Amino acid sequence: MIEIENVHKSFGALKVLKGIDLTVAKGEVVSVIGGSGSGKSTLLTCINGLEPIDSGRILVDGTEVHAKSTDLNKLRRKIGIVFQQFNAFPHLTVLENVTLAPRKVKGMSKSDAEEIAVKHLNHVGLGDKLKVYPSRLSGGQQQRMAIARALAMSPDYMLFDEVTSALDPQLVGEVLDTLKLLADEGMTMICVTHEMGFARDVSNRVAFFDQGVMAEIGPPEQIFGDAKNEATRKFLSSVR
Amino acid sequence: MFDYTFQWRQAIRALPQMLDGALVTMQIAVLSMAIGVTIAVFLAVARNSSSRWLRAPATAWVEVARNTPALFQIYMAHFGLGSFGIYLSPYIALLAGIAFNNAGYLCETFRGALRAIPATQIRAGRSLGMGPAKAFRLIVMPQMFRISFLPTMNQAVWAILMTSLGVTVGMNSDLTGVTQDLNARTFRTFEFFAMAAVIYYLIAKAVMLGARLIAWRMFRY
Repeated sequence: MIEIENVHKSFGALKVLKGIDLTVAKGEVVSVIGGSGSGKSTLLTCINGLEPIDSGRILVDGTEVHAKSTDLNKLRRKIGIVFQQFNAFPHLTVLENVTLAPRKVKGMSKSDAEEIAVKHLNHVGLGDKLKVYPSRLSGGQQQRMAIARALAMSPDYMLFDEVTSALDPQLVGEVLDTLKLLADEGMTMICVTHEMGFARDVSNRVAFFDQGVMAEIGPPEQIFGDAKNEATRKFLSSVR
Repeated sequence: MFDYTFQWRQAIRALPQMLDGALVTMQIAVLSMAIGVTIAVFLAVARNSSSRWLRAPATAWVEVARNTPALFQIYMAHFGLGSFGIYLSPYIALLAGIAFNNAGYLCETFRGALRAIPATQIRAGRSLGMGPAKAFRLIVMPQMFRISFLPTMNQAVWAILMTSLGVTVGMNSDLTGVTQDLNARTFRTFEFFAMAAVIYYLIAKAVMLGARLIAWRMFRY
């Protein structure tokens, strides 16, 4: 379970998160929508401790992420994150990209790591690209590789930060299909997204962020059909 | 006007002697590169440090090494330090001068390579559970290595050619030193220096070709 309690976060004078409360249960898929600069992406990087927070707390399975005593390297093994920029490691093949962390962080043997990597790469449809370098892959393929790379650490939670925003329109579908597959398998996911169709079809709950505040959260039918908040309605009408 | 008669026989007879000199040249170049690369790594770290006391001397080193003639740097190591009673042999002074020069240039090469790698690469590594040192070693270093490899080999060629400046501080065992001695004894200036030039050229070419081959084998991405 991920518990976010009254989290505040600023970059200098700019307040990015102004008291966020959100609990995500095991197996749940929560989509986070909202305009640019609403703090959605920042929240994700706070959850896995890549960014410090000013106040409040975030608990992952009861472990406080920003406590001094928390071993973040260990905690991050169970929280996978995929970014908008694919961040493929260009000097490694697709297979090596995916086996790197299992081998060097978890200490797995090469053959064990490769077995897991091949499984996940097949899963995301890259089983025939094992020996290829990322520069030879399309954006969609690189992003699917990044998803497999995160999954190879067998995380309990997956965070997706606008994973289709840097893709050509015709490549968005293949990545969203991969996310749907994961959701169907019961992965706990928080997806920051601009894909309203995806948010509506796949999520258990949709949260709308507006200027650092979670203005509204609810089941997709309610958010997309009968939003209570004025800002939510305005945002949804502008993206449709 | 052009009644000079070429006499190559003496030069060709002296070839083994000159090749021995070339070996000394190579030795100085290799040592100066090893020392230069090592110091350059420390300089690069110091220049990126937040402490002014580390940054300032490293910056001074780089500025002097890159903006003054290499000849002066070697002169300073021999005659300059000699004024303070520190006497370095021509061999050591030449080695020190070239290593000083190499370190200055290579520091900037390494810094440039580091800057060329986006911070998001480290972020991706950290998010997979790597500590900062591990992420640097596994993700940043291999990429830096590729970016800086050919520029570093360029500097190696430059180091080989710089060894010829040793003759000005009395170096007489390297290729230029040997050639100069032969020239002084025979006055066959053109022949001997032309031969030496060919040897320098071949060494430089071989180093660059070797480097390209290694790069092609090693960096498949």
